[in-house]
Amino acid sequence: MKLELKGITKRFGTFTANDAIDLVVESGTVHALLGENGAGKSTLMNVLFGLYDADEGEILLDDEPTGFTGPGDAMAAGIGMVHQHFMLVPPFTVAENVMLGHEQVKGPAKLLDLAAARAKVKEISDRFKFDVDPDAVIEDLPVGAQQRVEIIKALSRDAKVLILDEPTAVLTPQETDELLAIVKDLRDAGTAVVLITHKLREVQAVADTITVIRRGKVVGTAEPTASQEELASLMVGRDVSMTVDKTPAEPGDVMLAVEDLSVIDEDGIARLKHVSFDVHAGEILAIAGVQGNGQTELAEALLGVVPTTSGTATLDGELLTGKSIKETLHSGMGFVPEDRTEDGLVATFTIANNLILDLHDVAPYAKGMALQPRVIAEEAEEHVKQFDVRTTSIEQTAGSLSGGNQQKVVLAREMSRPLKLLIASQPTRGLDVGSIEFVHKRIIAERDNGAAVIIVSAELDEVLALADRIAVMYHGEIVGIVPPDTDRDTLGLMMAGAHEEAAA
Amino acid sequence: MSAEAVKQDDAPAEGSRDWRALLREIAESSALVVVMAVVASMVIGGLLIIFADPDVSDAAGYFFARPMDTFTAAWDAVSSAYTAMFRGSVWNYSADTFAQQFKPLTETLTMATPLIFAGLGLGIGFRAGLFNIGAQGQIIMGAMLGGWVGFAWHLPVGLHLLVAVVASALGGAIWGFIPGILKAKTGAHEVIVTIMLNYVAANLLAFALSQDAFQRPDSDNLQSPIVDTTAQYPLILGSSYRLHLGFLLAIAAAIGVWWLMERSTWGFRFRAVGANPRAARTAGMNVSFGIIAVMTIAGALAGLAGSAQILGTEKSLTTGIAGSFGFDAITVALLGRSRPMGTVFAGILFGAFKASGPTLQVAAGLPVDIVLILQSLIVLFIAAPPLVRFLFRLPTPTNEKVVAA
Amino acid sequence: MTATLEAPQTQEPEAVVETPKSWKMPILLGAVGLISFVVFGLGTPGGTETRFVLSQKSDALQIPVWHAPAQPFAIAATLALIALAGLSAWASANRRKLGVWLPIVYGVLLVFAILMWAGAGKSSTSIQVTGLLIGAVVLATPLVFGALAGVVCERSGIVNIAIEGQLLAGAFMAALVGSAAATATGSSTAGAYIGLLAAPVAGALIGLLLALFAVKYWVDQIVVGVVLNVLAVGLTNFFYGTVMKENTDLNQRIGLPDLPIPVLSHIPVIGPVLFDQNLLVYTMYVLVIVLNVMLFKSRWGLRVRAVGEHPKAADTVGIKVNRTRVRNTILGGAIAGLGGAFFTVASGLAFNKEMTGGKGYIALAAMILGRWSPKGALAAALFFGFADSLREQFGIIGTSIPSQFLAMLPYLATIFAVAGLVGHVRPPAAENQPYKK
Repeated sequence: MKLELKGITKRFGTFTANDAIDLVVESGTVHALLGENGAGKSTLMNVLFGLYDADEGEILLDDEPTGFTGPGDAMAAGIGMVHQHFMLVPPFTVAENVMLGHEQVKGPAKLLDLAAARAKVKEISDRFKFDVDPDAVIEDLPVGAQQRVEIIKALSRDAKVLILDEPTAVLTPQETDELLAIVKDLRDAGTAVVLITHKLREVQAVADTITVIRRGKVVGTAEPTASQEELASLMVGRDVSMTVDKTPAEPGDVMLAVEDLSVIDEDGIARLKHVSFDVHAGEILAIAGVQGNGQTELAEALLGVVPTTSGTATLDGELLTGKSIKETLHSGMGFVPEDRTEDGLVATFTIANNLILDLHDVAPYAKGMALQPRVIAEEAEEHVKQFDVRTTSIEQTAGSLSGGNQQKVVLAREMSRPLKLLIASQPTRGLDVGSIEFVHKRIIAERDNGAAVIIVSAELDEVLALADRIAVMYHGEIVGIVPPDTDRDTLGLMMAGAHEEAAA
Repeated sequence: MSAEAVKQDDAPAEGSRDWRALLREIAESSALVVVMAVVASMVIGGLLIIFADPDVSDAAGYFFARPMDTFTAAWDAVSSAYTAMFRGSVWNYSADTFAQQFKPLTETLTMATPLIFAGLGLGIGFRAGLFNIGAQGQIIMGAMLGGWVGFAWHLPVGLHLLVAVVASALGGAIWGFIPGILKAKTGAHEVIVTIMLNYVAANLLAFALSQDAFQRPDSDNLQSPIVDTTAQYPLILGSSYRLHLGFLLAIAAAIGVWWLMERSTWGFRFRAVGANPRAARTAGMNVSFGIIAVMTIAGALAGLAGSAQILGTEKSLTTGIAGSFGFDAITVALLGRSRPMGTVFAGILFGAFKASGPTLQVAAGLPVDIVLILQSLIVLFIAAPPLVRFLFRLPTPTNEKVVAA
Repeated sequence: MTATLEAPQTQEPEAVVETPKSWKMPILLGAVGLISFVVFGLGTPGGTETRFVLSQKSDALQIPVWHAPAQPFAIAATLALIALAGLSAWASANRRKLGVWLPIVYGVLLVFAILMWAGAGKSSTSIQVTGLLIGAVVLATPLVFGALAGVVCERSGIVNIAIEGQLLAGAFMAALVGSAAATATGSSTAGAYIGLLAAPVAGALIGLLLALFAVKYWVDQIVVGVVLNVLAVGLTNFFYGTVMKENTDLNQRIGLPDLPIPVLSHIPVIGPVLFDQNLLVYTMYVLVIVLNVMLFKSRWGLRVRAVGEHPKAADTVGIKVNRTRVRNTILGGAIAGLGGAFFTVASGLAFNKEMTGGKGYIALAAMILGRWSPKGALAAALFFGFADSLREQFGIIGTSIPSQFLAMLPYLATIFAVAGLVGHVRPPAAENQPYKK
């Protein structure tokens, strides 16, 4: 099936997310849509999938214009989509999720035919060697398996065009390779695949055609043989250095010592199991691993957001465990949460107020119980300048900022205290290249000032670029701590649970 | 999703502000929406009055013979209702003396007093993300404790009132603290807990009134002794009006709440907890403490509403001491958008509705419940500005403000 | 993407992390057990008896009145309570989970002990077991309808605080239309049935308003619900004070007749309790079963639950989220409206101001206690109905417990329950979140 987009334009208010985009996807090919975060790739695919109405332009299937009014139409026409944020109902089983929207019923009472759904899941799962249990509940599955469920969902509807939106964000390097192999299989079977990504390696590995999008516009097409540098500069609009400037670490004494730390969540499941490690002053320890293997819990346990069931953490000789979050922050920890909109910022508060969330009740921002609005504003102006937050006023709400500027506000706040330890989780997730460079520079500067730094990142590129040492987590345990020059395959195996000796 | 990157452009270009822009700004303002919401509600209220009016239905029986009779009857029904409301709550132009003409306004302010107190408390809760339905129970507990101090204790002038007022606040505070600590420690939903506590408080009051300690000796009805004059709020306009010191206290409380929420570190924390508890916690704020503090303060303010009833207006405890003030206060806080100034004005508006009840019944022969209808319609309309704009064909603002619950 | 890596096989056995022990349940059960032992066990005078009447005169099979020696039974029952608390403590110590049977058995024993204590030595009265149970079913009826209304709405992601208003509107409409029909047909029974048909319409209208504001205008659903309750009180009071007062024909006492089911209604105890009721109660049985099956086994139910849990996911597979929500909210309103008929035509009463008396809020609590399932809602509503019936029964036999405290019982039980003693309850994830594309 041939898919063609003609002059698609989509606006949100005054912002044009897609500007007259043309795209042709032939059946039996893999078409990569390359662009950095915020370029408008996902918007375009949501238009194609019927989730958004385009303001202008049309979508043609086999040269026939379509009039999708919703995803149901798109699916009926043979378009399937694996969303970046999985569209699975967490308390439902795999079979229920797969059948949802095109349920088979049986009997006079027309009740759900779960057996048929199970058989369907089993059949597709076996065909592609997915190893997915139809009766498993989604919320109990690791993210990799959830993604396979999403693919089964699309295939169970006989998708002729399959859209994969940033599909490798949650996978280990080996899982990524396997996914790319599946993509090739699907292509060979005649499916048209649209691969949305900002990862150059994947594009080179699997794409037949590459369309590059920048700021909502198609800026060019490229051959898969193009070099990474060429693709990167096309994507960003200028030459980008593929590496991060940084001098070798000069580690000092142990700053953070973690001993036997364990966390059990509300449902009684152990998320962190007897973890021990040290971080020295002036070094960056990167924690690598597939999302959901205890990294979040580790960071949150150190801050004190989740209670620990065993173990201790000591920062510069002071015991952290048992302290309140406030005491921990004031004893010299900076904390950049992985989800800035959920945990980092109050979206309806002004930038100025977001900058003092942690220090609002101490001098000079408060005298006794009274806030000092003048001081708060002055300091905010200063921070906004220092951290290059692009805004018209400090009185704007944090929610109105772009992701990169929001992250800068969080960094400005967390770095405004003297830091002994900085914990930054997914510090550049969803940011554009300019912001990524800025954030990386700031983190390295903090290390060079003598702070111990922990980076939690699902992006192996980022881990390799920043780390002085790499700790890999799997199923709530640290499977090994390795030097930064460890090769990707070894790291990949460790991310799948292999111990360091076995992986190397 | 690129939508995140959408920036709002709220600085209009210089020089573009001609009279057209000015008109547009007025048309888009939320103040106009409030006015139009009141108008729309009164129109619907008017239709109901017409529908229920026997003269109108009589006239409608011969509508095709003399259609004007129907319209005249309808007009009479509506105008008599709304003028009665005006006479009952603002200015009784048909009274003989100035003092009597003026009295409705003081009644309005008297009725507004508990509404303002309780509305302020609920507003703090709403801004902290807590939906407290429990003002009714908190008012009852405040009135019980304050009333008991008022009639069972005998203290010197000045001190007695002070102690009684503090007791009222304490009674309400306890009834706010319970759902607060349950929410903070166990996650129990405050909506459910406060609803349940309303019933528990009502039953406690009924129980207390059935006991000797709360029973007026010479009475067969369930009512307490009258509180000592030393514990009553002084009347601020002399003995011919019921308006008492509690009203001024409510205004002072509004100013206090404004400072607390806008200018103090506690208010900053409350607002942060309300807008995004997870971010507040990550930034080192004690969310549990915030929830407990907000609920306790809200309860104390509702308790003060109870004091306005027992120490000001009613002076004796009965099972109906709280009236429906606790539920009305929810609509007051919503109409006032949880802001102190807004709550004061909303309290006075709904106080006027309440005050107009008797006149409405006597002069227009309508049940007082029409004001409940108006009250709820106004809040519904204000919660949905697009609906009001649609009804009155007003332009949609370029920068729609989110309606805070 | 099969697990083709050999590496994980070299992995060491996974470290074991132990969950902390929870003592909440045993402490509560133990405390209540001890208090019961002292008050109801030792507090029951020795040598007295409590009489339990199990049969009604109309029953085919007569069971003789049971003369129970009060003190030994009360003491035995309360000691059993303490034993159950001990069992719960043992389970906690060993991190074992006990089934739901424990609180149920505990509750039954507790009620048994209280009845022994209350009826001890009362020569003039006896415990009417059948009456107590009939009362429980009847008083639970509006709660069941209300809670089912809540389930239908909330499973689709719309919080329905307006149950109270829907019950009230249903009660009003049933009385109004029923009375008018009774006058027109000259038969009060026919009028009552027509009133029963009209009741859901009124509830559905309130549901429609809730849906309009929640789905189209994105107003906070709790706010809308609370305000709609005020509106329902205002409207029904207003028309009660005008139209119904001017024309008393429009508010008559008409009632649904009881329809005993042949054979079944003659079973002792169970028969009169379950099978000698009016049409509304039978409708309730059917509705609970149908909704329970539909919600968890049908296409409709799967889609509704998906919309309530993850609307975006539902949208991406072509389910119309907002349409589903609007339909369910109206359906829920209609169910609550039907339940409102309980107060007027199903009880043979005329409409009166605010006659639902907060039952809608109790129904909301029953829905939460029942964990958003029709089955659970039924159980919770029956519990509340039983507590209410117990209060009425105690009013007849007379006890030293003030009636106000008995009246508080369901409310206190609800508070305990939502405070986590029934375990972790999880509402539909997308509740009170408008779906915006």
